[in-house]
Amino acid sequence: MNKIWLIIKREFFTRVRKRSFLIVTLLVPVAFAAMIIIPILMAVTGNESKRIAVVDKSGIFTNKLPDKKGIYFKYLPEANIDSLKRNYIAQDYSGILYIPEIDINRPAGLEYYSKGQAGISLESAINNDINSAIERKRMELAGIDKSKLDELRSNITVEFKSGDDGKKGNAWVAYGVGYASGFIIYIVLLLFGTSVMRGVMEEKVSRIAEVMISSVKPFQLMMGKIVGIAAVGLLQFLIWGVLISAIYMIIPLFLSPESIQAASQGNMMAQGNNAEAAEAFRRVADVVGSINWGLLLSCFVFYFLGGYLFYSSLFAAIGSLANEDASDVQQLTFPITVPIIIGIMIMMKAVHAPDSSLAVWGSIIPFTSPMVMMARLPYGVPGTVPYWQLGLSFALLIGGFILTTWAAGKIYRTGILMYGKKITLKEAMKWIVKKG
Amino acid sequence: MNLLEVKHLKKYYATHKAVDDISFEIPQGSIFGLLGPNGAGKTTLLRMITGIFYPDEGSIVLNGHPFDPQRDTQLIGYMPEERGLYKKMKVGEQTLYLARLKGLSEKEATAKIKKWFDKFEINSWWNKRVDELSKGMQQKVQFISTIMHDPKLLILDEPFSGLDPINSNLIKQEIFNLAQQGTTIIFSTHRMEQVEEICDHIMLVNKGHKILDGSVKQIKQDFKQGLFRIGLGVMPNAAQMATYHFKIVEVHENAFTVKMNEDSTTNDILLHFIQQNIPVTYFEEILPSINEVFITQVQQTEKAPVTAAQQPA
Repeated sequence: MNKIWLIIKREFFTRVRKRSFLIVTLLVPVAFAAMIIIPILMAVTGNESKRIAVVDKSGIFTNKLPDKKGIYFKYLPEANIDSLKRNYIAQDYSGILYIPEIDINRPAGLEYYSKGQAGISLESAINNDINSAIERKRMELAGIDKSKLDELRSNITVEFKSGDDGKKGNAWVAYGVGYASGFIIYIVLLLFGTSVMRGVMEEKVSRIAEVMISSVKPFQLMMGKIVGIAAVGLLQFLIWGVLISAIYMIIPLFLSPESIQAASQGNMMAQGNNAEAAEAFRRVADVVGSINWGLLLSCFVFYFLGGYLFYSSLFAAIGSLANEDASDVQQLTFPITVPIIIGIMIMMKAVHAPDSSLAVWGSIIPFTSPMVMMARLPYGVPGTVPYWQLGLSFALLIGGFILTTWAAGKIYRTGILMYGKKITLKEAMKWIVKKG
Repeated sequence: MNLLEVKHLKKYYATHKAVDDISFEIPQGSIFGLLGPNGAGKTTLLRMITGIFYPDEGSIVLNGHPFDPQRDTQLIGYMPEERGLYKKMKVGEQTLYLARLKGLSEKEATAKIKKWFDKFEINSWWNKRVDELSKGMQQKVQFISTIMHDPKLLILDEPFSGLDPINSNLIKQEIFNLAQQGTTIIFSTHRMEQVEEICDHIMLVNKGHKILDGSVKQIKQDFKQGLFRIGLGVMPNAAQMATYHFKIVEVHENAFTVKMNEDSTTNDILLHFIQQNIPVTYFEEILPSINEVFITQVQQTEKAPVTAAQQPA
């Protein structure tokens, strides 16, 4: 036991002391923060403002297009479009909206000129404005009262609740959380699995393995590496967890208090985009609170470790089959990466339909359960995932990794000392059943 | 007292018998040469003695007890033919790690490593990474990491390969020192001149079988062919050479190599020249080199019918 501890320590510290560990560990939360903060900041600050010259020969739109943040319309009904095209930039316009004489029932020939592409948001803003101006004009002509129509419009959202206590749920948040955690497990399996495999290969190719195995059992060497790398992963997630929750708490500070207040009162029009962003944040924060984080986190750690142990020992076995030629290993990893990829594919289906039989079985069979179960869990336990399914999934995963570790150990101890000839998977399988 | 007793050891692979019923004993403090051509089963045999492989049959008694790979790792130091160290690790950390895996405490291990590093004058390498060292330097580190826990049984597989003459000599001296202090050493090689120089006992294996074993002196005696070289002051003519006691094998400048007749004695040869008043300048027995014994013995066993394709063990 003392020896395996020494091996774990070495595996852990040689990785943690590497510069790349520090960089990855710090960059991920920064990227996460950027993903949240940048869209909010963009919504809040907006783009630089555009002045648009409107040459309206029809007279329908003059003074009818609303100015908004970042877009100002200047009406030049008398201007000559050809001369304006030549010098609109000199007159400090970003572009020209040209409206010819049109038939209100069949409008055509509206054009927008600018240097370079106009951009999607400007394009849709102008199209919206033009269309609503035309609609308004048509309503006027048809004798429909605009205020009456507004009263008739509906804009409500059904509140989806789940479970007996009628807890407020939100499929979108469950979807997001499920997708994210399923995906993280997928990355963990591949990334840390190959890390284990490379470590084993390094030991074999550098021939330290034989020296080591004269001091420790092959199984100790393999498990030491697997546990050491798992500890690196857990430390990394711990740091990420702390940093990300810190960021999560800091983000509201970027939004002004008035806008948050406005958002909570539903008074969105008044403050524009700023309030809208704050409202979105408040809504997320609200439903985030509705998820059972304790259960979800402990399941995450379980599936993280269980899935990792299940696959990493297989990766270790493959690494032990390697020779100097690394391309052989690429082929050998194929049978292991395929179930992982199938797992992520089932996971992507399962976040849409957590009750489908594909999702249920995918979350029980240990080859895919770490990813698929994490996609289903945010939808609720025992609502979406009954306790028996969770229990069965747990038990099978534990049984599964005991089995894979045992089989991998058999392959590993023969493979790690086998040099000079290419080992096929078929041959390696025989080592599992061979005694001694 | 025998430090190691190996009895009827067998290890069979699917396609061939790597070690087929080998028994031998090694007295404590002796240097034991394990000889054999490539693929003879030397490495498999050593791996069983180090506990890396389990034998299919047979027993190993180490230091008076049945060998237990878990308990006895500290008694054994093993340097495999293919050297290996963690390339990215620092020299000091690496040796410390290997020593601790042998069961030394951190304090004990550090003290012992310091002692050896002083002795080999490589203290300045402590913080160097292994891949910054030359091959020969890495060999030294490897050697130290094999002996730093004071093993009772030291197993060296081709310890001099890749070493320059100076470092070779350094390690050779260390091997003698350790043997004098009571360490038992198994020395596997196919470089015969080193065997004669270093080993007390040897064992020759081929195709998984023991072909012969014994002390170097004894083996040379057993395989001698009655050859002598005699140096003469004046070269005699053919008539003066006619005798019952010996035949001329080779003529040299002022000397002959002769093969003695089985009934004769060395004095018969000497008297033959002395009586004819031919001055004898020197007279010596020619013993076969271990190399010659090795080659003739291996060739003899090669003639035996080949049962399975030879594979590297």
